[in-house]
Amino acid sequence: MGFSKDQLLNRLQELEIDYTKYEHPPVLTVEAQAKYVSSSEGALSKNLFFKDKKHRYYIVSAMVDTKVDMKVLSQRLGLGKGGVRMAPEEALAQLLQVSLGCVTPFAVVNESARDVSLLLDQNFKNQKRCIFHPLSNEVSVSLNTSGLDKFLKSIERDPVYVDLEANPAVGKDQPPDLAVYVPSNSVVIPEITSETSTKQTPPPKSVSAEVKPVASAKPSKPASKGKSVVVENSTLLAFKNPEKFVEEIMDKTSALLLSEAKGENVEALAETRRKLLTSELTHLAIMFKNTAYTEGFHAGKHSQPKRL
Amino acid sequence: MEVDKKDENESESSEQVVNPWEVSAKDGGKIDYDKLIDKFGCQRLDESLIDRVQRLTSRQPHVFLRRGVFFAHRDFNEILDAYEKGDKFYLYTGRGPSSEALHLGHLIPFMFTKYLQEAFKVPLVIQLTDDEKCMWKNLSVEESQRLARENAKDIIACGFDVTKTFIFSDFDYVGGAFYKNMVKVSKCVTLNKAMGIFGFSGEDHIGKLSFPPVQAVPSFPSSFPHLFPGKDNLRCLIPCAIDQDPYFRMTRDVAPRLGYSKPALIESSFFPALQGENGKMSASDPNSAIYVTDTAKDIKNKINKYAFSGGQDSVEKHRELGANLEVDIPVKYLSFFLEDDSELEHIKKEYGEGRMLTGEVKKKLTEVLTEMVERHRRSRAAVTDEMVDAFMAVRPLPSMFE
Repeated sequence: MGFSKDQLLNRLQELEIDYTKYEHPPVLTVEAQAKYVSSSEGALSKNLFFKDKKHRYYIVSAMVDTKVDMKVLSQRLGLGKGGVRMAPEEALAQLLQVSLGCVTPFAVVNESARDVSLLLDQNFKNQKRCIFHPLSNEVSVSLNTSGLDKFLKSIERDPVYVDLEANPAVGKDQPPDLAVYVPSNSVVIPEITSETSTKQTPPPKSVSAEVKPVASAKPSKPASKGKSVVVENSTLLAFKNPEKFVEEIMDKTSALLLSEAKGENVEALAETRRKLLTSELTHLAIMFKNTAYTEGFHAGKHSQPKRL
Repeated sequence: MEVDKKDENESESSEQVVNPWEVSAKDGGKIDYDKLIDKFGCQRLDESLIDRVQRLTSRQPHVFLRRGVFFAHRDFNEILDAYEKGDKFYLYTGRGPSSEALHLGHLIPFMFTKYLQEAFKVPLVIQLTDDEKCMWKNLSVEESQRLARENAKDIIACGFDVTKTFIFSDFDYVGGAFYKNMVKVSKCVTLNKAMGIFGFSGEDHIGKLSFPPVQAVPSFPSSFPHLFPGKDNLRCLIPCAIDQDPYFRMTRDVAPRLGYSKPALIESSFFPALQGENGKMSASDPNSAIYVTDTAKDIKNKINKYAFSGGQDSVEKHRELGANLEVDIPVKYLSFFLEDDSELEHIKKEYGEGRMLTGEVKKKLTEVLTEMVERHRRSRAAVTDEMVDAFMAVRPLPSMFE
């Protein structure tokens, strides 16, 4: 069941978060919203909901004046230059459970949005108050970022503030700085036809049913644009995906064996190389284990009690 | 854990000063570790102990042991005695999260602790003293908590096993059994004693005075009822830098009075700054250290420009006299991080006798460090907030001795 505006506002009150509520006719754009809520009440926000090629979803919430360059963001996330596009309407409904024109940081309160990454404009922090839709585009609330943070923490989300206008170089020596915010899980939304390989999707239920994300969906071979960024990504995948994990091991081991076979190694050197390889692979294995444990931990935290 | 330099009272330059707040050598020279061991009353880690470690763990001792980086201890032999009989122990180490920027010197205790965890197959608790930094560095509570989480990510990236590791921040965890032990310890240390050990004065706020028990009690298994229920006799081994010794001298003094075993220690020397032996690396001077966020270019630059060289001024002189290995930083760094004993020996010989030039040594060092930092960065990128939550969750660790 998607959170309703009233449920959200109640929750804010329970958490003793200070906010001001403004009711108005439904608005679909920031311009329309600005007619009813003046900037003296707080900074209006523009909210973008987009996805990447691996069906991972993101909300970016920014000050209206902040320039958000999707190409730059995509690179900073490690997705290559054209790696993101606006999310389709179905995703809005199924993951965020809000209507058009209503994307808001608050949408992550829904279980269905648990794998959606939320990036907030760090400029919000300088504002006394910021304005967001509380899950309905007939209402706006203004609150201080500390209130938003408190709310996010109450649903076990770490508030992430980012300099959205920054454009750092991304390359071999400079890994994408926002790559850590890429969700660990991709989400399969039924009824999306597009270029994705359709898997066994659960029969579409009514909107209120939770969409179960397909964890560790086998990622298709990463596109070869932006080589260095892809290298970063495939190493990250090796920590999560058993096939990639084994691939890393095979790659590294065969490189060592090949060089030994070619007689490139003197006995002693071979010994050291093997030791280094063992240590490297053990490290890889530990990260793999930690990642798996973390996914289990997440599942445990969010698992629902058995229905009696 | 490591508390920072205080703008000190009289640090006589005629005596070396080593305490959690300040590390400086006599007359701007080198730290005399023999004198330190004498003064503190701890033991040298000798060859026989290292051999014993090798036998008990069936693997080559860590490079830090072989090269004498971890060189002093208290009761490590007793830990090994008990281990031989089948009595396990747990590890305890920590970090004071004063800054987001971690340098290689910060990673050393963690790299060594990871080795100990793997070699002995024992659990580990890691304390993030966010409260301490909040007090000493005057950070806000939120900022110190945030730094603690950020530092936790770098720590996790060192490769700790989540099924055997509990990371906790003081702000999150102090309370319950932990706090009970803190009170027990506090009752055993008079104000005068604390002032004597830590140099507190009437001007210091009471927060500082009450901090030492926080760093002491993770040495007692009863502080972690979710981890070690009923195992009150489980021994504790603390890998740390030798400047932390005062905290644990106090703890060892108090332990018997509480009916607890004294924690054992295994202590490291200081990782020298790029510019030379005088003191530790400082998080406030970016060119004194290699940071885990440095790019390959940064590393190459820093080593070439700032690493203090023991080579001679001219090539001819160098070929004639050889390098001064005592003060040469690149060779020192290689002795920390170059795994291969024979390769290091070769470099020392060739460089010391003038056949190898500084440039070559620096090049090798750049290679080694770049690889290390790269690997750390890759692992760090895989550490999600969720993973930090998992490491920090107060949960049992059923396979902690496997």
